[in-house]
Amino acid sequence: MNKHLLSMHDLTAEDVVRILDTAESFREVGTRVIKKVPALRGRTVVNFFMENSTRTRISFELAAKRLSADVINFSASGSSVSKGESLKDTALTLQAMGADAVVIRHSSSGSPHQLTKWISGSVLNAGDGTHEHPTQALLDLYTMREKLGRLEGLRVAILGDVLHSRVARSLSFGLVKMGAEVTLVGPPTLIPPDVSAWGVQESYDIESVLPKLDVCYVLRVQKERQRLEYFPSVREYSRLFGLTTDRVGLLPEGALIMHPGPMNRGVEIDSDVADLPHSMIEEQVTNGIAVRMSLLYLLLGSGGEQPSDD
Amino acid sequence: MTAKLLDAQDVRRAVTRIAHEILERDKGAETLVLVGIANRGDLLAERLAAQLTRIEGVQVPVGVLDITFYRDDIGLHADAPEVHETRIPFDIGGKTVVLVDDVLFTGRTIRAAMDALMDFGRPRKIQLAVLVDRGHRELPIRADFVGKNVPTKREDDVRVLVEELDGEDAVIVEVR
Repeated sequence: MNKHLLSMHDLTAEDVVRILDTAESFREVGTRVIKKVPALRGRTVVNFFMENSTRTRISFELAAKRLSADVINFSASGSSVSKGESLKDTALTLQAMGADAVVIRHSSSGSPHQLTKWISGSVLNAGDGTHEHPTQALLDLYTMREKLGRLEGLRVAILGDVLHSRVARSLSFGLVKMGAEVTLVGPPTLIPPDVSAWGVQESYDIESVLPKLDVCYVLRVQKERQRLEYFPSVREYSRLFGLTTDRVGLLPEGALIMHPGPMNRGVEIDSDVADLPHSMIEEQVTNGIAVRMSLLYLLLGSGGEQPSDD
Repeated sequence: MTAKLLDAQDVRRAVTRIAHEILERDKGAETLVLVGIANRGDLLAERLAAQLTRIEGVQVPVGVLDITFYRDDIGLHADAPEVHETRIPFDIGGKTVVLVDDVLFTGRTIRAAMDALMDFGRPRKIQLAVLVDRGHRELPIRADFVGKNVPTKREDDVRVLVEELDGEDAVIVEVR
């Protein structure tokens, strides 16, 4: 496996299987009386979040703590970044403090890649601009594999604002890598022009896609990245592309509903739909901790020289 | 050069003897649980449990423990150590836990296993059963029940084969 996790393209299909298998062991750790193991004792993990985040930051923090690593949380507000320090100088500071891994969330695509030039430890991309969010994709793959028993041949629709979604990119790459069939569904203005290279289908008609799915993956309408001209109104968006109570009946029995969070209830997904039993939104959050533990363990637990000896 | 230390017959006899010794030492099997260390100790633990059932007519709970997250050499190898399944579906609090492993060597695995067990609860006592003790301890640890003591050189490779994984029951040593 690579030293860093910047993109789903860094991983082979075998890497993905290993990450998901190891995550399974960490799920078991999460059921113990003491949910903590000493695997990364003495290592330092820095959570470097230059963009707002609740679940990803907390998930990474919990993952590192359950591995007994020391965790430093570091965000834009209240740090020297708000005084105008550059990414490079911040990185060099983290390097000088001896971070073994840096988890970075940044609004600029490519900043995790930049960081690898200045940091000797592992860099984990926790979402960069509209580029990628590989740990979200891996926890989604884990959830699909756990609930449906396989990834190969699964029919998955990714619904909504694909254009601005790093989750959609990472998840598409991951699913295609594992042999699933992906259809991107949304208004033409929100489907990127270059998807032919991704190996996925595209459709602008949600109701013709829903009956053929194993998983309906709903993306958040990203109001903060949205200019007004992508669609006329939020109401029209939900009428045409929302996963509504009426539409959800078109899904085959046993199909999963997923959403990376945070949800806009009533916009891309009806509130009642989000609370259905086959909606995996809470399971995704729980699995996220195990998958991030698995990644930290595999990235930080390697890199030595000596041959195995026991 | 490879030599066979125990054949299938010998393994079966050793397991049977250890089962008798456990019952004798612990005066029955009332508070007894077995925890095998992945991924051969758990198979030996299953066999011990079968023998305990045969001799005493009791069902002893069997768990499997993977000690990877408790190893003292994480980060020293080029690749992170491979993880196996842990499944201890019973409470070990107040129980006599017999840890079962295939080969006792440096003792580091057993140290890790004891630390791991303590995270599952507070057993009344922990005992150790191994099929082979090959010496060369690096920690102050000894086994309570031993199938066979084998003098080896440190660089030798002692391996326990089990039918489920290797197609036959045997203990072999590769001398280097």
